[in-house]
Amino acid sequence: MSSETKQILTTDGIPLEVSLKKAERRNKIKAFLLVAPLLLFIIITYVLPIGDMLMRSVDDKMVTQMLPKTFKAMEKWDGKELPEEEVFAAFHSDFIKLVEEKREGKLSTQLNYTKNGFKSIIKKLRRKSKSFEDGNYKEQIMAVHKRWANVEYWQAIKRRAPAYTGQKYLKGMDMFKNESGEIVSVSEDRRIHRVLWLRTLEIAFFVTVFCFLMAYPIAHLLATLPMKYSNLLMICVLLPFWTSLLVRTASWMILLQQQGLVNDFFVGIGLVADDNRPEMMFNKTGSYVAMTQILLPFMVLPLYSVMKTISPSLMRAGKSLGGTPFVAFWKVYFPLTIPGIGAGCLLVFILAIGYYITPALVGGASGTLISNQIAFHMKSTLDWSFASAMGLMLLTGVLAIYWVYNKLVGIDNIKLG
Amino acid sequence: MNKEFVKFDKVDKSYDGKVLVVKDLQLDIEEGEFVTMLGPSGSGKTTCLMMLAGFETPTHGEIYLDGKAISSIPPHKRGIGMVFQNYALFPHMTVYENLAFPLRVRKIPKDEADKKIDKALSMVSLQGFAQRMPGQLSGGQQQRVAVARSLVFDPQLVLMDEPLGALDKNLRESMQYEIKHIHESIGVTVVYVTHDQSEALTMSNRIAVFNDGKVQQLSSPDELYEKPVNSFVAEFIGENNTFAGEVLDISEGKCKVKLANAEIMANPISVKGKGEKTTVSLRPERALINPSDKMDNIHKGKIEEVIYHGDHTRVRINLLGNSDFILKVPNSSSNLDIKLGNEIKIGWNSQDARALDPK
Repeated sequence: MSSETKQILTTDGIPLEVSLKKAERRNKIKAFLLVAPLLLFIIITYVLPIGDMLMRSVDDKMVTQMLPKTFKAMEKWDGKELPEEEVFAAFHSDFIKLVEEKREGKLSTQLNYTKNGFKSIIKKLRRKSKSFEDGNYKEQIMAVHKRWANVEYWQAIKRRAPAYTGQKYLKGMDMFKNESGEIVSVSEDRRIHRVLWLRTLEIAFFVTVFCFLMAYPIAHLLATLPMKYSNLLMICVLLPFWTSLLVRTASWMILLQQQGLVNDFFVGIGLVADDNRPEMMFNKTGSYVAMTQILLPFMVLPLYSVMKTISPSLMRAGKSLGGTPFVAFWKVYFPLTIPGIGAGCLLVFILAIGYYITPALVGGASGTLISNQIAFHMKSTLDWSFASAMGLMLLTGVLAIYWVYNKLVGIDNIKLG
Repeated sequence: MNKEFVKFDKVDKSYDGKVLVVKDLQLDIEEGEFVTMLGPSGSGKTTCLMMLAGFETPTHGEIYLDGKAISSIPPHKRGIGMVFQNYALFPHMTVYENLAFPLRVRKIPKDEADKKIDKALSMVSLQGFAQRMPGQLSGGQQQRVAVARSLVFDPQLVLMDEPLGALDKNLRESMQYEIKHIHESIGVTVVYVTHDQSEALTMSNRIAVFNDGKVQQLSSPDELYEKPVNSFVAEFIGENNTFAGEVLDISEGKCKVKLANAEIMANPISVKGKGEKTTVSLRPERALINPSDKMDNIHKGKIEEVIYHGDHTRVRINLLGNSDFILKVPNSSSNLDIKLGNEIKIGWNSQDARALDPK
């Protein structure tokens, strides 16, 4: 016998493996065709937009396309002292073309993002360039304004050469690249995004904790009550699902406002003075209360489905073996619910971290989240590339949490039903 | 030995305030005894076990364990081992941790606990399985772990709630012997619940037959089979041929019973006087083909069905108006005249035909 494994043949002499593949091909094609519409749908509605978002967030082609010759000439420039005549000539030629197309205004706006002071000198250059003579452009341009003779402004132009940039991501973290190319934080009074990120994490974390604390007993009750009561309770849990998100948020506004029902009640029982009603809305409290209520079912359902599978005899066994009810719960019941806790917490946390409508309506200034900031840039400033960058940062954050969770608990330990 | 180690004293139990699932239960269990509660589902046997374990409270009456009333003691302080129907092993703990659980909650030092766990595992021949998870074990092995866990903390009393119900037939039988031998070797008191009569007959010192919330009969397996005290027990344990009739005469430990179209002699167990309605019960193996003349009941019947069973043949005969009269005939060459449609003579002693309460 040879040491090679012997190939098994079917009765008609075709190798078994080939024959098996042939037999299964039909089924594979059938299976693929069945999922193909969904696959196509996901590609069109999810993969492509995300890809587009990624491209947008790093896209910086505008200046690159406006000054093609300049950047070509700048390739040889070491960027330490003023560039050679060649660069000035290329810049002049690009600039004349932009002026003809009436696009020099855009250039000045873009360059001004990189370094303040470009606006006025570009305006001046446009006026003066009409009377330029051919040749010796370096002298003529430098004569327009003294900033044109400052190497820092030419360095600023060169920084815009690459077609792609990570500066939107830096901006999302309240950082930027300074003149010498170092990444530094913006001054403290201008940091807005870091606060938002931290607040988003904080609110998502506490909403998850509140949901867990409230949902665990409910889910336990649901799983252990007799059918007729548990069905009723289940409807109570699901009822919010069947109500519009907007209606639910609006009803919280009625309840929580300063002249609202909750405050009236507090005043009624003498807990707070009438002229000193606490603000429970348009701040973090509002976001906490409304988001916890809205996300509660997402915690209850995975917990319930896991608890339903835990046999009541396990708790009994724990007790009959001598464990107090608490020990039986903590050592036997609780560890078995961890897959449900994991699923519920992950679900609620991920939903909370990207929550938009509720914080926008009841969160006020101190209760808004990063998603509200993204929406602001999408709708108001129209800085889509910045909105995309922040969206992707959020997505990366969620994936990172998912990864950490997988390392700690194991994703196959998740149970949704 | 304490004759009243476990004592149910006039215990009633109702779940809904309308129906009593256990009625006026009076039951004493001796220390070291293996007592089985046997009965059809819904007869109250599991409820009794749950009351003893502490998961249900009696509606009325008191349960005593070793002389102490236990109704107000919570389950975890009763110190009773329990084996559950579906094993109830903790799925997230290894076999070792499962067995260590009752020892840890009792704060037993680790080296002593390890010794006890080793002993318990060797008792069920599962040495070397300590680090396995319950999910990696077969049904029979899980069952053994459950038994070991219920015994590892040396309880005085172990309760078993249909522990073999989920196993296949062969495994069930070998586990029956195994549990019986464990009981014999360590002398713990066992209260066992099952609806399988052969299991009860194999394992128990005494069997309490439950029906309708009451103990119908409490006696040793042989007595239960040979001398059932009422027609429910006779019917429930083993096979049974019955004749419904009316007592004509009682004298000298015998009675004459009038059937629809014949008269037979029987042993009066629960009939007292003439004219009483009765059901006469006769075990199939007590009726013989080609009987000797000494027997006081000899009748002719027609063979309606013959079923081959390997070591014996079951013959269904239409006898005295009962078309479901079953005979068990050993398979030997002398019984070759058993053919469908043949008329044969059947005989039995009146001592074996027990006249019980009417159904």
